[in-house]
Amino acid sequence: MNEISNKWIGERTIRPDGIDKVTGRAAFAADTSMPGMIWGKVLRSPHAHAVIKSIDTSKAEALPGVKAVVTAADIVDFPVDTPVPLGIQDMRWMCRNVLAREKALWHGHAIAGVAATSEAIAEEACALIEVEYEVLPHAIEIDDALAKDAPILHDFITFDGKPSNIAGTLEHTKGDVEAGFAEADLVIERDFTTRPVHQGYIEPHACLVSTAADGKMTIWSSSQGQFMVRAMTALLTGIPQSNIRAIPAEIGGGFGGKTIIYLEPMAAILSKKSGRPVKMVMTREEVMRASGPTSGSKSTVKIGVRKDGKITAAEGIYWLQAGGLPGSPIRGAVGCALAPYDIPNGRTLGYDVVSNRSKVAAYRAPGAPIGAFGVECVLDEIADKLGMDPLDLRLKNAAKEGTKAVHGPTFPLMGYVESLEAAKAHAHYNAPLGPNQGRGVASGFWFNAGGESSAQVNITEDGNVVVTTGHPDIGGSRAGIANICAELLGIDYRRISVLIGDTATIGFSNLTGGSRVLFASSIVVTESTKKIIATLCELAAKIWDIDPEAVIWEDGEARPAGANAGQFPPLTLEELAARANESGGPIGAGTQLNTTGAEGGFGTHICDVEIDPELGIARVIRYTVLQDVGRAVHPSYVEGQMQGGAAQAIGWALNEEYLYDKNGKVDNPGFLDYRMPVASDLPMLDTHIIEIPNPKHPQGVRGVGEVPLVPGPAAVRNAIHNALGIYFDDLPISPPRILAALEGQKAAAE
Amino acid sequence: MTKIHVTTTINGEPEEFLCDPNETMLDALRNRLGLTGAKEGCATGDCGACSITLDGTLVCACLMLAAESDGHEITTIEGMAEGENLHPLQTKFLESAALQCGICTPGFLIAAKALLDENPDPTETEVRFWLAGNLCRCTGYDKIIRAVMDTAAEMREAAQ
Amino acid sequence: MTNIQYLAPATLDEAVRAFAAAEGAARILAGGTDLLVQMQSGFAKPGMIVDVKKIPELMAIEETAGGGFIVGAAVSGATLERHPTFGKIWPGALEALNLIGSTQVQGRASFGGNLCNGSPAADSVPGLVAAGATVTIQGPNGRRELAVEDVPAGPGKTNLAPGEIAVSFTFPAHPAHSGDAYLRMIPRTEMDIAVVGCGVFLTMDGETCTAARVALGAVAPTVRRVPDAEAALIGSHLDDAALETAAAACRAACNPIDDKRGTIAYRTSVAGVLLKRTVAIAAERAAQA
Ligand SMILES: Cc1cc2nc3c(=O)[nH]c(=O)nc-3n(C[C@H](O)[C@H](O)[C@H](O)COP(=O)(O)OP(=O)(O)OC[C@H]3O[C@@H](n4cnc5c(N)ncnc54)[C@H](O)[C@@H]3O)c2cc1C
Ligand code: FES
Ligand code: FES
Repeated sequence: MNEISNKWIGERTIRPDGIDKVTGRAAFAADTSMPGMIWGKVLRSPHAHAVIKSIDTSKAEALPGVKAVVTAADIVDFPVDTPVPLGIQDMRWMCRNVLAREKALWHGHAIAGVAATSEAIAEEACALIEVEYEVLPHAIEIDDALAKDAPILHDFITFDGKPSNIAGTLEHTKGDVEAGFAEADLVIERDFTTRPVHQGYIEPHACLVSTAADGKMTIWSSSQGQFMVRAMTALLTGIPQSNIRAIPAEIGGGFGGKTIIYLEPMAAILSKKSGRPVKMVMTREEVMRASGPTSGSKSTVKIGVRKDGKITAAEGIYWLQAGGLPGSPIRGAVGCALAPYDIPNGRTLGYDVVSNRSKVAAYRAPGAPIGAFGVECVLDEIADKLGMDPLDLRLKNAAKEGTKAVHGPTFPLMGYVESLEAAKAHAHYNAPLGPNQGRGVASGFWFNAGGESSAQVNITEDGNVVVTTGHPDIGGSRAGIANICAELLGIDYRRISVLIGDTATIGFSNLTGGSRVLFASSIVVTESTKKIIATLCELAAKIWDIDPEAVIWEDGEARPAGANAGQFPPLTLEELAARANESGGPIGAGTQLNTTGAEGGFGTHICDVEIDPELGIARVIRYTVLQDVGRAVHPSYVEGQMQGGAAQAIGWALNEEYLYDKNGKVDNPGFLDYRMPVASDLPMLDTHIIEIPNPKHPQGVRGVGEVPLVPGPAAVRNAIHNALGIYFDDLPISPPRILAALEGQKAAAE
Repeated sequence: MTKIHVTTTINGEPEEFLCDPNETMLDALRNRLGLTGAKEGCATGDCGACSITLDGTLVCACLMLAAESDGHEITTIEGMAEGENLHPLQTKFLESAALQCGICTPGFLIAAKALLDENPDPTETEVRFWLAGNLCRCTGYDKIIRAVMDTAAEMREAAQ
Repeated sequence: MTNIQYLAPATLDEAVRAFAAAEGAARILAGGTDLLVQMQSGFAKPGMIVDVKKIPELMAIEETAGGGFIVGAAVSGATLERHPTFGKIWPGALEALNLIGSTQVQGRASFGGNLCNGSPAADSVPGLVAAGATVTIQGPNGRRELAVEDVPAGPGKTNLAPGEIAVSFTFPAHPAHSGDAYLRMIPRTEMDIAVVGCGVFLTMDGETCTAARVALGAVAPTVRRVPDAEAALIGSHLDDAALETAAAACRAACNPIDDKRGTIAYRTSVAGVLLKRTVAIAAERAAQA
């Protein structure tokens, strides 16, 4: 791939969808409307845990203006004993997530939906629905859910032969951990907790569904995958996929939280019943109460090292809250926790714990930041105790090409060591610190992903290009695709339109998630573009009456391959497009593939904090993200991923958390009290892009988007330790916690 | 509900509409006037995605009744470019990739323009505090802050 | 569906009449930054909304003799910020108002709304109390004036009688060598509700403090003055001992709750810290005034 001229790859081009987004014209899901449209609203459970004994919707249906009502009775049931996996979800849980079936499993769980001629009437009708509940005791925190007398959420879940809230486990082992610890000169073990946090996308979930009299349905919605929307809606409503057209609206952030659906099946049924287009938009409060954040966790991490810092054994045990239905991201936690290190004896074990809060959804490198947190914190302490530089400790143990990871794979060529070396050499790492300041580092890993992708590349009659792919673009992937296509065709990127197709216009493409979109879509776009170049060369060969092999494509035109091929003036893309019918006709090519070759990504973060010791406030004052991205096809959007992930990590470390009242209701369901970082909370977020091209990808791309969240919380925590000499093992490290710890430190010294 | 007749000016054009007495300006813009550039991220004043100006002052459209616009002037993101000519902030946001998903972008642009109208030479700290009511979850703000500072510098230069 | 009325009367008399006649079903609308949030959440369901922003007296800013001011109850923070002299004379009160929310919220939020909403954490209220401001109130039974600290009655409650409207705030003449300041503690740098707020007004005679007013927010069911802290400052040179006594008085005045925004221990400890920091700023301003 390195022989490409790189005229466009690596350029900071203007994104194809940019103008619409800066002028307010881009259509997000809530921006769409239709003639005759009505509004849907959801009735939600006022109890954190309750049996639903009956639902009477008659009064709601009688309210003037109400056009349809939906309850779980209208949704296809998936019995709990037969798994029906769909991507990372299981339809058994999805059908219960969309509308509560036997039980309300969290405060805010959807119970029924109403469609009416106005939002106000729909809301009023929701209040008229009579639900008889048998209220049960609830458990939200992991310890409460695991307690001996804990209320059991699901009687079909057993663990160790007994009814339990542990819905699953995942374990990785390598070598002999006990023997490894026995060899160690220093063993550190600590317990950690992290609070549940929300992805915090600014756009609430929204959809508009229109069902025609012939049963054909169109869905506009904000999701990370129109094909996922189609498949899940089809399964939950019983409508064949061919009758559903899911159109991806522009999406206002997802970070994993829009890899599942909430409103679409309800709106679909309401639209079918009423014969009207139905629009549903969650309020922010509904997003916070009822959509999926990531897990809160507790963990115990133990690492043993020899005096020289070489790790002899490491072990991490993790408990992750799944929410009311099984499926916490234990795979990310136990898979990524130890991945950056070459560890002879390692073991990770994760427990999936159900409890009475909304079912978790993916959040940027799902589970990995939880896995990394304890490990990176313990390494910090080891470095401290050994008097070793924390980056040197990591370098000493860094995974490299050929290292067999605890979670199984043997690593190919990758740039973790380079990220550590770049960190060590970075001006940030070597800058002096002022009073009350501290510096921390941490590293992280994410698997990345390939999977199904489709692309269609068409040459227009006037010799320009339209590329259609099947992945919603959240972070600028269209700009990356335009760069790649321009590079391959040798034309200006502005001649290429990149569009996201809907389920009827492009082939199946898996979710936008797991840092897979640019990786996978550039493979299929490259494949299609190469086919087109072959077609163009064939056409030129035909026109020149020479052998197709004697034609090459260069700088946007077909040229004879050399003197032997003959003397012909080059044929440009425009000229060839105009003469397409002289050979095979319209020029275009599609590719549909299950892409492979995604290799893991590694990054290292450096964080400086300054503490106000009287108020207990920690502020991040300098931050640098260093990461091997394979190839930065569009550096600005690569940096954007690195910066966005770091900002989320800082929020997770310092202030963000779900709070619940005694009834199990979320106590801070809005942006004022769910404290995500605002502009004045953060410094500039420096980035250092490392490019060790992925040999299995035509442009060398690895995933970028997930890794930048993974090391962040530990980097912040380690910086606070460096400033204060206090280990904080519980997130968030909020002002009351810091002040209490400082007072404790003072008291101990006196 | 008895509707209220409102006569106002939006993006320089006279506008009349009927609204409910408790309807917010944001709902009126989005659902009655077809101006969906202002976004609803929270409806409680916390995210700034609905930013507009009212007689030149930056406000949240979700915290204002539509009826209150009677006799006043509103500007929205749809009025920021002059025809084909983007405002320098719009151009700079594009050039510097100051948006990822773009849901926060209209609000940031309106808020940043209000800042530069008032203070053509803000410090980084001033920009950050002025924009603290505009949440962005994608970018970490870095490229947004830089885009605003760079635009300010270019506009100052152009004005000389 | 219930009918809601929106009124925007041009005179105070009209507003008072409509407000009183609605008998509790009506709500006054100033900047709306509390009211609309409450309506959005369903917490407030007014049958009538009386917008007071067309009433000249509620929107006026008048400078009176000796650095005194009369500020209309519905004047927004953004408008007050643009006033040529108010912020120079009463920087603490202005800061307190313009720490509220974001630039967008400050475009609308008023002293009147902040006070009448009755939040113990209202930022401008300790600022107003420290400044010694009074509020002019008009209702069905005429006009009266109250010290600002006498208005809050508990979370969400005020001592305004039914039908009464806050008209304006009177800032007294500003003595020479005086300064005011307001600081609050929030976990973030902006967009947060105060965990503790502290307003201080000082008059200095050379090194000696001759007058002081101290008010704390968010540490008790209402914003409260702290007479013991004031007593510790008055007559002192604002030396460490006096500051520590005043800080201790502030801690002692705390009767906070544990909630999502802060713990009791934390709030109490922070109150003392903020007192010292706020006094330092007020003293510096007094030295320059
Ligand atoms: C995002 C956000 C952040 C916020 N941050 C803060 C903060 O940091 N600190 C803080 O203190 N507050 C904060 N608030 C709350 C609010 O902005 C302030 O309380 C503000 O001062 C209210 O003023 P207003 O003019 O908007 O009041 P309105 O909402 O118009 O009124 C508030 C209440 O007072 C009544 N009222 C208003 N004016 C009068 C009057 N003249 N006479 C009688 N009754 C009247 C109303 O009926 C209503 O009950 C925030 C709000 C939002 C939305
Ligand atoms: S929608 Fe208005 S501030 Fe969020
Ligand atoms: S770009 Fe997505 S929220 Fe700002």
